[in-house]
Amino acid sequence: MPPKYHTQTASAPNRFPAVTRSGVIAWEEGCLKCARCVKKECVYKVYETRALDERQMLDSLDSACQDCFRCVQNCPARLIQKGVNPTYRTIGDHYWTPEILANIWSQAETGKIPVSGAGYGGPFSGPGFDAMWTDMSEIVRPTRDGIHGREYISTTVDLGRKLMALRFDEQGDLTHPVPPLVEIPVPFIFDILPFSPPKRRILRAFLRAATDLGTFVVVKESEWLPPYERYLPNTILLLDRGPDARNGHLLDRMRMVEVPDNPAVTEWLEMLKEKKPDLLVAIRMPLTPAAAARIAELTREGAEIIHLVADEFGMEEADEPFFIKDRLKEVHLSLVDKGLRDQITIIAGGGIAMAEHMAKVIICGADAVSCDIPLLVAMECRVCRRCTQGIACPVELEEVDPAWGSRRIKNLMAGWHNQLLEIMGAMGMREVRRLRGEMGRAMFFEDLEREFASLGARKTETPQ
Amino acid sequence: MKAIKPRKKSPELPAPKLTPSRFRYGLSKHRLTIGPSCTNCGLCIELCPYGVYAKGARVPRIPNEHLCLGPGCDKNAFYCVGRCPVAAISMRPNPSFQLLGDKRWTADLLASTWHMAETGHAPYQDLNYKTGDSGGGFDKLRLLYPVNGNGKRTKEIKEKDISLAIELNRSNDARPKITIPVPLYLGGMSFGSVSIVTMLSRVRAAATLGTFCCTGEGGYPDQLIPYDDHVITQVATGLFGVREETIQRVRIVEFKYAQGAKPGLGGHLLGDKVTPAVAKMREAVTGSALFSPFPFHSVYSVEDHKKHVDWIKEINPRALVSVKVSTPTDVDMVAVGSFYAGAHIIQLDGSYGGTGAAPDIAKKNIAMPIEYAMPKVHKFLKEEGIRDHITIIGSGGVRNAYDAAKIIALGADGVCLGTADMVALECLRCHHCESGRGCARGIATTDEELTNLMDVEWGTQRIINMYLAWCEQLKQILKRLGMKSIKELTGRTDALVHIDYMKKEEVQGEID
Repeated sequence: MPPKYHTQTASAPNRFPAVTRSGVIAWEEGCLKCARCVKKECVYKVYETRALDERQMLDSLDSACQDCFRCVQNCPARLIQKGVNPTYRTIGDHYWTPEILANIWSQAETGKIPVSGAGYGGPFSGPGFDAMWTDMSEIVRPTRDGIHGREYISTTVDLGRKLMALRFDEQGDLTHPVPPLVEIPVPFIFDILPFSPPKRRILRAFLRAATDLGTFVVVKESEWLPPYERYLPNTILLLDRGPDARNGHLLDRMRMVEVPDNPAVTEWLEMLKEKKPDLLVAIRMPLTPAAAARIAELTREGAEIIHLVADEFGMEEADEPFFIKDRLKEVHLSLVDKGLRDQITIIAGGGIAMAEHMAKVIICGADAVSCDIPLLVAMECRVCRRCTQGIACPVELEEVDPAWGSRRIKNLMAGWHNQLLEIMGAMGMREVRRLRGEMGRAMFFEDLEREFASLGARKTETPQ
Repeated sequence: MKAIKPRKKSPELPAPKLTPSRFRYGLSKHRLTIGPSCTNCGLCIELCPYGVYAKGARVPRIPNEHLCLGPGCDKNAFYCVGRCPVAAISMRPNPSFQLLGDKRWTADLLASTWHMAETGHAPYQDLNYKTGDSGGGFDKLRLLYPVNGNGKRTKEIKEKDISLAIELNRSNDARPKITIPVPLYLGGMSFGSVSIVTMLSRVRAAATLGTFCCTGEGGYPDQLIPYDDHVITQVATGLFGVREETIQRVRIVEFKYAQGAKPGLGGHLLGDKVTPAVAKMREAVTGSALFSPFPFHSVYSVEDHKKHVDWIKEINPRALVSVKVSTPTDVDMVAVGSFYAGAHIIQLDGSYGGTGAAPDIAKKNIAMPIEYAMPKVHKFLKEEGIRDHITIIGSGGVRNAYDAAKIIALGADGVCLGTADMVALECLRCHHCESGRGCARGIATTDEELTNLMDVEWGTQRIINMYLAWCEQLKQILKRLGMKSIKELTGRTDALVHIDYMKKEEVQGEID
């Protein structure tokens, strides 16, 4: 058994005050100056620690207040009021919601998984990943206690093509070469950002974090810079200029590259393998309704890894687009039908925003996921997308210190890893490799809701 | 503090007693302000039948803003805003109210629960006390009341003839029959996760109502001994505070296999909450975090489970055994297994409930909501021919009387509550129970100063009041359904509709 995977986390404080839901406390006029002011009774000492934030010239009260409302309810003259922070409502968008951003920020800052009391307060279900629940085990099925370290749960995945059988000659030697395989200890890689301020320092933070975590970062060859060279073993170079570009010498120190899908992609693969036989080559393709057929074709032609990419909201390219989890289910099941699924590795990404999304994409058929925007959010990005219009980043991401950034990313991903253990432990799983395609161990909204469609006495029936 | 005499057999429920907020002001949906033009004529004090205003030195005081009807009052002759001779009174939405609550427990649901805990009746203000805003499950299900040909209700039943009682032992074994006069009991919250005051308030309320309250996994404090007959003691994976004598004391013992808030995960009491008293009770070390492992490492099959149930039955020959489980894909198999292992009660704890600290990822994603699990189990046990021999209790997201009626119509015999009790004690679901000194409002804490924010008599009455209001509403629901007993409602899915899939013209009856 390999040693247990563990990431050292360390608090990495925010550079800017976090945007919180709970807004300003307002004082109205008419204070009676009573001797026992409710502000002195604050459990969280909010009023004592209150100070002006020099950077924003706003008072720092909001993030310390925990909304217990005691001062609101106890002020004799009813002068204290709380409200929803208007900025909180405007951050992010319909997919990258304020709740998701706040969830990522807190993990990146503390390295701890989000824990709270008093039950669940969110919606019953929702679109996309929220229309799915994962299973757990009890009594009739064995369980695993991986959470507190009593049992070993592996999160390692293999990237590469797998042989269905080995063939030996009479001397007992293999009669064919074994394709290269790379093991990563966590089922995620870091992907190209759909938007970002100038990336020089941001990418360094990614590369540093990926190296420490033992995974990869996809970097476009056109954006490659010499200072990144020390991170080559953890880089997946996306050959966006074709397979025989200038930087070909970099291949020597790399384990994996990516090529965009195109009609000549099989020849590209051969060309690259000729240069370096043990190089892994992933084929990157957008998620579309044609994905299942195309992947089957490429698998038959010897492809090793497919990297399927949905848009930043997890949607495919189509007139009536499917969400990533739904298309992936189809891709996985069709490959299973054709007897091809085990030969190929599928990495899927786009719209992966929370730890649970990683688990759910794997359940729907991916071997591993690729993660993009959350890495930026870990470094305080507010998904305002101003950078796409060339407007200055409100949290100055282009100036980020790569050491601090990589710490934040490591904190976040350590949290995701731990949460994956929670999900798998509850299911009684010991291997993330076995989680792949386990749709029978998940519950889908569309299946469960059927129960409700037929409720109610109908006019055609005699009332009881 | 006097011990409440346990109720043995009395069908009559007590009358509610007015029990206002322990804070100076209640939290109100509407904010009233009196401007400087006020002449302190006192008309508003005279007019308002709800007692919103009181006499003040320069202007009237507004001690009971939360009792105000809101803008809907403008039709009334006593509308203060319209009647004020100098137009000094203004009414606007309360900004603080908008920050309260979440999708499941909306500010309206919180405020209506506070109202029920204060008065013992459903709110009259414009508060939606029937559904939340979660967009599914309970919040999309509606009760469907039968009407006869000319659109009138079918039969008239008197409320005093309606019974809310349910049986807890339906197995026909030699153990005692236990009937509770209300179709609910109070779920496990351990000493440590909540204060002794909270625990006692709940147990005393259960005793007054003639039902039960579970200790949770954290031991059986001596202060509970006068109420032994109304206590369910829990045996969970950590076995904290479980001793032979605690099992022998009670009439019901509960095995907790899993809980809805963290299905498949163990309990976790943070070190901060492990005070010397908690440590002593749990036979643990002060200040160090306590984990209950998941699962019972001695139970990996129904046969192992039976061994557990037999063990309890051997130690306490008069006890009923309840099994608390969460809702996996094969929850129906778990239920049938529990029955054959000899359980009297199976409690299905859906994934959206829970009171203690739990990882957000678990609360949101692991296991299915109770609204799905209940009909699945009910049907399966019916097909197996054993449904009438076991009591099914639903929990995990039941917030009010309407949720209770809905889950019973989906197949439960009764419900188990936790969060609603906390809200009755003025929890506002800030979700910070787990941090540092614990609950700032003195409910889920072991900090001495914070614990003293609440008094047992007050807490007991608040919880009693809330459940009395629920009972009142449940009786009204049964009356409209034409049922004399809550037992008739079990599994009556024809009395429910889901508003997303219903075509008005197809459905027969009144929807509410």
